[in-house]
Amino acid sequence: MNSSQEFSKAIRKTTIEMVYRAKASHIGGALSMTDILAVLYNGVLNINPKEPKQASRDRFLLSKGHACTSLYATLGLKGFFDVKELENYATNGSIFLSHSSHHIPGIEISAGSLGHALPVSCGLALAAKKKQEAWKTYCLVSDGELNEGSNWETILLAPQLKLNNLILIVDYNKIQSFGFVKDIIDIEPLVKKFEAFNWQTYEIDGHNHEDLEKTFISCNNKDLRPKVIICHTIKGKGISFMENKLLWHYKSPSEQEFADALKELG
Amino acid sequence: MRTSFINQLIEEGKKNDKIFLLVADLGFSVVEPFAELFPERFLNVGIAEQNMAGIATGLAMEGYNVYIYSIGNFPTLRCMEQIRYDICYHNVSVKIIAVGGGYAYASLGASHHATEEIGMLRTIPNLTVCSPGDPEEIRAITKFTSSYQGPCYIRIGKAGEPEVHKKFNKEITTITPGDILNVISGETTAVFSSGGMLEYSATFITQNNLHASLYSFPFVKPINLDQLLILLKKYKKIITIEEHQLQGGFGSAILELINDLLDCKLLTKSPEIKRIGINNAFYSVAGTQNYLRNLAGIELNLSDFEK
Repeated sequence: MNSSQEFSKAIRKTTIEMVYRAKASHIGGALSMTDILAVLYNGVLNINPKEPKQASRDRFLLSKGHACTSLYATLGLKGFFDVKELENYATNGSIFLSHSSHHIPGIEISAGSLGHALPVSCGLALAAKKKQEAWKTYCLVSDGELNEGSNWETILLAPQLKLNNLILIVDYNKIQSFGFVKDIIDIEPLVKKFEAFNWQTYEIDGHNHEDLEKTFISCNNKDLRPKVIICHTIKGKGISFMENKLLWHYKSPSEQEFADALKELG
Repeated sequence: MRTSFINQLIEEGKKNDKIFLLVADLGFSVVEPFAELFPERFLNVGIAEQNMAGIATGLAMEGYNVYIYSIGNFPTLRCMEQIRYDICYHNVSVKIIAVGGGYAYASLGASHHATEEIGMLRTIPNLTVCSPGDPEEIRAITKFTSSYQGPCYIRIGKAGEPEVHKKFNKEITTITPGDILNVISGETTAVFSSGGMLEYSATFITQNNLHASLYSFPFVKPINLDQLLILLKKYKKIITIEEHQLQGGFGSAILELINDLLDCKLLTKSPEIKRIGINNAFYSVAGTQNYLRNLAGIELNLSDFEK
């Protein structure tokens, strides 16, 4: 893949094909985090698709497991497995479940219940410190997911442990299951919240590849605080008629919508 | 029992640098010797059991054998989903230690009565459920779990429980999951004791000069079927006793196994089974552990034994 831009386009295309074929849900949240994945897996993460369990790898944990389609697409396109296997997504007997599964090469943990991956990431980051190993742990959570109290248990503790090898990414697409985040539990001021909890906090456009890459690199610093990157994103990003619409948390595209989506992606 | 546990864990920790202990701000005057000897392998995560279970999962994924320690319902019910989905589904080496099993913290009220957790935990795949009956059993189980790769739950009492096996000149050198341990040999009637009811049951049988047998079941899951089958064929009557709700607990596990053994014709006739435990109730009065046990009806009756 030449650039992260082309990569993100390929991820979006594969994701939409999977969701269309399986008549599955959650495409909105899969598309909102696509650019983050494209940048992470295009040079930021130290990973080896041919050796997914290599001890020195960076650990990436997707917490919003319902959005797994774009992670599966990313891993397939990177060669963790044959991308053709994704044709079996959500079919009888397939390991490609509709929530991310640790039985798939490249996936660290299963995630379907929200608020689980950040505490586990904290344990991984702590283990790296104890073993004096240089790899980093990245954890991607959704905005609505921050309603779960378990996340805040980790957010309280991680700075105490000086886990500067833990990088939390918030896919802040502003929509959760029942409506707009601000109307359900307004999580603002989110930057101030993380700063008050003593995290090194970054706030960026989660679709701007240059900013994403620059920020991931900035996270390699001497500051002992854990890092959080609040990524402002758009649910359904990249397909105009899906953007910022609650409906696409649930709906799968019709034949016409599928054709229109592919056309938009070019 | 908690002291026996921590002392044994220290012994194992000296030999195995992968043993890690997490506490959720409980264990004062118990866990300190471990923390002092192995500060790099001890962490108090604060009052946050969900986080403790998640952190343990992460550490275990990186090769540590992680013990998480707290009181009764806190490292179990409070983080049940983390136990199921993080620890057991990923099948990692986390050992969940709950002190104060049953009514050990009687006067502290229902929040501290650990009387339902076995029923919940024993339904979870991959999880070994241990409920040792005396200090020797907890030492053997701690030793076993220190090298066992997989999740375990260990329910222990408080402090000061007497040695039961030693009293009857029995010695446990090693323990294997499912083992049933003979304590007293008698005839026709056998008491199957789970966890902390062991000393009470032994005393009841000896003080009343009953010709009954007593077996301790340090594991609620698994239970060794070959050993169980021999006992089911040997005794006319079996009394199960546990400091837990009857629904879903140790006695239920025995009934399920008997049913399955009958179903596959390995057993042709079931002995008479009497279950003793808590009958679907909370108790909201102060008192000692024995007071609450009696109130809940966790007691053996002479009428259940042949004279």
